[in-house]
Amino acid sequence: MRDFYGVTLSAPLMLGTAQYPSPAVLEAAFRASGAAVATVSLRREGGGGGAFWDIVRGLGVRVLPNTAGCHSAREAVTTARMARELFETDWIKLEVIGHADTLQPDPFGLLEAAETLCAEGFKVFPYTTEDQVLARRLVEAGCRVLMPWGAPIGSGLGLNNRYGLRTLRAAFPDIALVVDAGLGLPSHAAAAMELGYDAVLLNTAVAQAGDPVAMAGAFALAARAGALAAGADPMAPRDMAAPSTPLIGRAWL
Amino acid sequence: MRIEVNGEAREVTAATVQAALVELGLGAARVATALNGVFVPAGARAGQPLAEGDRLEVLSPMQGG
Repeated sequence: MRDFYGVTLSAPLMLGTAQYPSPAVLEAAFRASGAAVATVSLRREGGGGGAFWDIVRGLGVRVLPNTAGCHSAREAVTTARMARELFETDWIKLEVIGHADTLQPDPFGLLEAAETLCAEGFKVFPYTTEDQVLARRLVEAGCRVLMPWGAPIGSGLGLNNRYGLRTLRAAFPDIALVVDAGLGLPSHAAAAMELGYDAVLLNTAVAQAGDPVAMAGAFALAARAGALAAGADPMAPRDMAAPSTPLIGRAWL
Repeated sequence: MRIEVNGEAREVTAATVQAALVELGLGAARVATALNGVFVPAGARAGQPLAEGDRLEVLSPMQGG
């Protein structure tokens, strides 16, 4: 079982805290999801930060601050340092965005920031692509978790590149892998877990569902089902049919 | 002196980051600070002088994905 910088999660689900219709729905969705980790952010003080922090602490889950919105390594590193103090954790979901429309990670800025933060003792959770070369460089920088996207953030498209995600899993058997971003349906989460991933991270699919609490429960079941399936050594697919009912003893009619 | 706080021009009498937070009513708030793009840890705020035109960022916990 791969851990997350020495921490074993109680469920293979990380859930974002943004975009819920109300704080009460956020809390109920977290309870229904059984999520082990809550992602949070930092923004300019405008009142309300303290109340939000009280809600998050009340969830009783691990907190994973992000550097969302940062477009350079410098911004992301400063944000990470501020997050470590504010949230009292050295876990950081490192986002360095390279493209405004796709919110695709900037691989060069991401690696630069990861090298700096790993050297400063941060436990870096890089939001990355399924690019194996970048993944190798991130691991060499000290990352022990990789979080490739399934699809662009908030798109709900699911796993855009299953082949890439599968080869990433095979290439890094000792690194915890999380599909982060792009999931829209519980079946996407199950599919990610069936590939042997260690967790999924999502936000919009739950928060923007018509019934976020019910959807949170659905994702919890799907992630668990996918994890159980991965552990059960799935059969290999084949192109042609193979009868499941024995042919021996078949009647001559 | 005139500084920028979270992108807005503010006139403050404070000479340090810590004094500016108190002056802005954020002395007891749960915040993290950066001055001119550089993180200022809570323990260093009282010793961090302010200069005319400085950009102070004061961040608090927020929802995120």
